[in-house]
Amino acid sequence: MNYPENFRYTKEHEWVSLEGDTATVGITYHAQSELGDIVYVDLPKVGATLEIGKSFGSVESVKAVSDIYAPIAGEVTEINDALSTAPEKLNEDPHGAAWLIKAKVASATDFNNLMTAADYQSYVGAES
Amino acid sequence: MTAAALQRTPLNEIHRASGAKMVDFGGWDMPVQYSGLIDEHNTVRTAVGVFDVSHMGEIEVRGPEAFRLVDHATTNAVAKLKDGQAQYSGLLYEHGGFVDDILVHKVSDSSYFLCVNASNQEKDFEHIRTLNTFDCEVEFAGPKYAQIAIQGPKALGVAQKLTDTELSGIKYYWFRDGVFGGVPARIARTGYTGEDGFEIYVAPEHAVSVWKAIMDAGKDVGIKPCGLGARNTLRLESKMALYGHEIGASISPLEADLAWIVKFDKGDFVGRDALLKQKEKGLSRKLAGFEMRGRGIGRDGYEVLMEGKAAGWVTSGSPAPTLGKNIGLCYLPVGKAGTGEKIEIVIRNQAVEAETVPTPFYKRPQ
Repeated sequence: MNYPENFRYTKEHEWVSLEGDTATVGITYHAQSELGDIVYVDLPKVGATLEIGKSFGSVESVKAVSDIYAPIAGEVTEINDALSTAPEKLNEDPHGAAWLIKAKVASATDFNNLMTAADYQSYVGAES
Repeated sequence: MTAAALQRTPLNEIHRASGAKMVDFGGWDMPVQYSGLIDEHNTVRTAVGVFDVSHMGEIEVRGPEAFRLVDHATTNAVAKLKDGQAQYSGLLYEHGGFVDDILVHKVSDSSYFLCVNASNQEKDFEHIRTLNTFDCEVEFAGPKYAQIAIQGPKALGVAQKLTDTELSGIKYYWFRDGVFGGVPARIARTGYTGEDGFEIYVAPEHAVSVWKAIMDAGKDVGIKPCGLGARNTLRLESKMALYGHEIGASISPLEADLAWIVKFDKGDFVGRDALLKQKEKGLSRKLAGFEMRGRGIGRDGYEVLMEGKAAGWVTSGSPAPTLGKNIGLCYLPVGKAGTGEKIEIVIRNQAVEAETVPTPFYKRPQ
């Protein structure tokens, strides 16, 4: 799997991209692959506050439920509503159309502290 | 436990080479899924799937008094079995809880072949050996067998290509010894999916060639290798018990809605007195099926509420791919375990509505 170079990654298998002060957050290809067929996605409301490392939602597959942790601090500005009716999109396009939330962030520091694509690639390589 | 310490079936290399997702399943390195759980599940319901279940254990009891030992150790009526017939049964402690749930195959009056759960096989063997005051021997036979399950409405057609044994002549829960895929095999018409199908026991050194032969024979009907994930959703839809979930050391067959495998009138067996007492006193809890009404999946271990109060716990819960619903099994107070009861399941600190329903959730079209 190719992990986009412009994303940053967490050990809990979330990804973040940053454009200006807007971050987009999703779960990685590896995460959806580990979960298998995804049947529910629970996301916060617009306006919710993200705290680094705190759960802001969950993704549930046929066989397990998994929390999603905020990789950055900020305020949720948009959620991907399409996932409530078509959660399987997370299996199909986790790095693209199946992003989870967008958030307004105060600084790029959190982003820069996360793993690069190369770091993440070797992290999941080592894990599996 | 590190990966190196996990036990492997003879088909481990095949699973890994095919890109299966592997997990630690009770100390065994097993495929949890291949193409995807739902896809595999649907393949078994509509066509045919193949499972490596070589991790399952086998125990052989042989000798002039083999019948007496097996009948003493298990809850079902072994005397009812004819040569070549199998039955589902319970292996109980004196206190009436399960050591394991097992399949008893009668090879002959002096030879019984028990198929037991992978993670219980050592315990089962010790348990049966301790009970053996009879003129027979008990063998821990797991290492002698690989087991491959071929399951689904097209299983018969696929399996028939690989053997001269007339498979349509083997009734459900019967078995025959023959040649399968060119090697000696025990061919049993049993399974853990709710579909028609066969469980094939072969020597471990033949597992790879038999697996490949099955995959080849099923190519034209879309056969797919399936993992333990699909095996679990298939068995749950059919309400087949899973040790450690619906049944266990502190649960009796009467509570688990398995009274049909307990034959009190056959005479003494281990656990009989405790079960009789339980029956006389009345049960306190019973297994019930439920469907989620609210949004969410009631999973294993989640608390069940009735009228806002703790009433029981979920033993298994999952989306049911065939039914398009979220289903599960749970223990409830015995008077409230009938169908149509409103319950709530505590899912991540939220009480979500569900309702008890008739089981099995799924029954294959005859």
